[in-house]
Amino acid sequence: MLELSATIHAQIVAHCLGGLPEEACGLLSGQLGGETVEGCYPARNAAASAKLYTVDPTDFVRADRHAQSHGLEIIGVFHSHTHTDAYPSPTDIAQAPDPAWHYVIVSLRQAEPSVRSYRIVEGTVTEEPVVQAADTGAEGRPQAAGPPGGRSGGAGR
Amino acid sequence: MSVEVRLPTLLRGHAEGRSTVSFPGSTVGEVLDALVTAYPGLAGQVLTDDGSLHRFVNVYLNDDDVRYLDRLDTKVNDGDTVSILPAVAGG
Ligand SMILES: [Zn+2]
Repeated sequence: MLELSATIHAQIVAHCLGGLPEEACGLLSGQLGGETVEGCYPARNAAASAKLYTVDPTDFVRADRHAQSHGLEIIGVFHSHTHTDAYPSPTDIAQAPDPAWHYVIVSLRQAEPSVRSYRIVEGTVTEEPVVQAADTGAEGRPQAAGPPGGRSGGAGR
Repeated sequence: MSVEVRLPTLLRGHAEGRSTVSFPGSTVGEVLDALVTAYPGLAGQVLTDDGSLHRFVNVYLNDDDVRYLDRLDTKVNDGDTVSILPAVAGG
């Protein structure tokens, strides 16, 4: 299961739509081993492609530091599929970095974006339900702290 | 000289579950050598057999990708943070 608040769900979809015609991507924070997304970090797609994504590593290091300063970890990644369904592609499966992560895919194929989540462990894909969590007011702060590539607060020097 | 090394969740199993460890060294390469000496399970994850950076990880010195600095020869200072992060990509 993956719990997303309406605010974070909206942030994810907005970043994916804003990335068109290319794929868009970003990172998700939460408690280590947790199933609730506490923060969303839109990232640049370093691949700048409609068919591939690479989370800009500088955006990743900043997101990681910001999450760490809030007692959280990066627990997943989201990316868009511009013309295919919200199911992991062979490339997604082959390159999935961390079996503990949640892999969220947003399909923009239809007028209404479709948001689904998967676990990918040693090449085996298992879909997990995406559940709407209550807005606590804590979400969204990472994005409010600045655009991708902007300063991230906390533990930075 | 002691430098903090931040490990991604993926690699912590090789380092007694730690998220952050500290090692001495005057360059990124010396710090990573100390890291993989202390935690041999990390060796093949971070460095290739010929001792260069694995292409599936990104190594940052503070805010900078060491590939755009002097790679493993990049000098470090007391209080610096070396972050090891997996490359996150797909299609
Ligand atoms: Zn994909």
